Amino acid sequence: MKAAISLFMKYLAISVRGQMQYRGSFVLYAFGQFFTTGIEVLGIWALFDRFGNLGVWTLAHVAVFYGSVNMAFAVADTFSRGFDSFGSAMVKTGDFDRILLRPRSTVFQIAGQDFPLHRIGRFLQGALVFVYGIVVLDLDWTAIQFCLLLLAFIGMFFFFYGLMIFQATLSFWSTESLEVMNVFVYGGVEACQYPLSIYRDWFRSFFTYVIPLGCVAYFPIVGVLGVDDPLGSGRIFQMLAPLAGIAFFSLSLFCWNFGVRHYTSTGS
Amino acid sequence: MTALALKSYIAVVSTRFRTLLQYRIAAIAGIVTQVFWGLMKLMVFSAFYEVAQNQPPLSFESIVAYVWLGQCLFALFPYNVDPDMRAMFNSGSVAYDMLRPLSLYAYWFSRTLAFRTAPTVLRLVPGLFFAFVVLRLVGLDEWVMPLPPSFVAAFSFFISILLTVALSASIMMLVSISMFWLIDSRGMVNLMAGVVWVLGGMIIPLPLFPDWVQPFLSWQPFRGLCDIPFRIYSGDIAGFEIVGELVFQLAWVAILVLAGVWLMRRAQVKLTVQGG
Repeated sequence: MKAAISLFMKYLAISVRGQMQYRGSFVLYAFGQFFTTGIEVLGIWALFDRFGNLGVWTLAHVAVFYGSVNMAFAVADTFSRGFDSFGSAMVKTGDFDRILLRPRSTVFQIAGQDFPLHRIGRFLQGALVFVYGIVVLDLDWTAIQFCLLLLAFIGMFFFFYGLMIFQATLSFWSTESLEVMNVFVYGGVEACQYPLSIYRDWFRSFFTYVIPLGCVAYFPIVGVLGVDDPLGSGRIFQMLAPLAGIAFFSLSLFCWNFGVRHYTSTGS
Repeated sequence: MTALALKSYIAVVSTRFRTLLQYRIAAIAGIVTQVFWGLMKLMVFSAFYEVAQNQPPLSFESIVAYVWLGQCLFALFPYNVDPDMRAMFNSGSVAYDMLRPLSLYAYWFSRTLAFRTAPTVLRLVPGLFFAFVVLRLVGLDEWVMPLPPSFVAAFSFFISILLTVALSASIMMLVSISMFWLIDSRGMVNLMAGVVWVLGGMIIPLPLFPDWVQPFLSWQPFRGLCDIPFRIYSGDIAGFEIVGELVFQLAWVAILVLAGVWLMRRAQVKLTVQGG
């Protein structure tokens, strides 16, 4: 275990050092991410300015939803880049054969492929919006709320990571049309920038039961905000819901291992 | 412009067009994504419209038309650069293009037109089919795309969209020309995309922004991308106002093209081509 951690740190250090060779480019990228992923905030702000509160939800509440999902996604996205580019970088080229020959697990090695640090741009804009929401709401923090927030972040991290593993797994069978996964990844992030209760039933059910993003990004955050959930979830449910993220992650690992066994090389 | 030169620009457009139509799977994935996004946006808008206390500046029906037009036509907007064009700058093969007996500006403008319109054509038909027919069949009547209220609206929308394409290509040309100076244009393009998305009216329709920003929003060129054609479609811009808005689009196309031609001339004077 200790050896594995130190190896992972080495992967990380190499990737970071590589990116720091082009410091100007990194800064520009990070800034670009900050700007392009943060632009939606203007729309949310303008809609609240024109229409007022969405039932129980104020702009500050939405800021907390928006900020937390963006921060968690940015972190998961940074650490799962190897899976994101897996189809084009590993399967198409046949490079995955080399991974299979090494005496470490495939998940471990793919996870250590690359850590694109410019994603910090998304993280920072999410963090700014999150802090804005928290400051305006001026919550009385209890231990339970703190725990819920932590659980939400852990749940979201594992959920998004699992989604990336699913996407990578698909590329064992198809090297094309993986963009459809973007609906779940980016569409999911976009959807959860607003509280899930504003959407229609079928859409909400899909993002609760099929793709359990709501379980990690909505219910625990409702508990943090201390708002009576329009969907009627209770405290216990809000505590347990983030576990769906970990379950989803485990399921993705299971499918991944199935895919690895199925893998036949493209190489020549 | 002689007939021969014009013929070669038309050839450029049609060759690029056919090359780009090869990416069909990408187009299907794109359609699924766009439909999903459209539905999500409509749900957000309808949530806000349900709690609206004052009369919003656009009716919900106009919003529905606006959202679906945006989803079907978004590839027209200048939010990314033709990767082949970028590669040309990096490899230095831009020098060959400069040797051709054609106006470089007109040549690239034709390329850009094809790059903007080909992916749109692939998306337009299935996108409209979904917005007009599928939604009605599944019973989501409130989100079915409405037809333009009059023939005049439909016809002026068509003219306006043509001007949108020209405007988009002229904006894109300025970004491309900036590549003469910037080796890495990605930062520039990112910035551009953000500006286009907000000021064009893709994030939310411009009239929904607070009233005190409206004077600023109304004169900037990006309005000609979605705001003008989409609101002509829904009949929110009607009557004599339409003429003024079309002239507004045309004027910006002229200004940006002139700026592009001028900048390109400056760039070519002191150009160092890379590669060997």
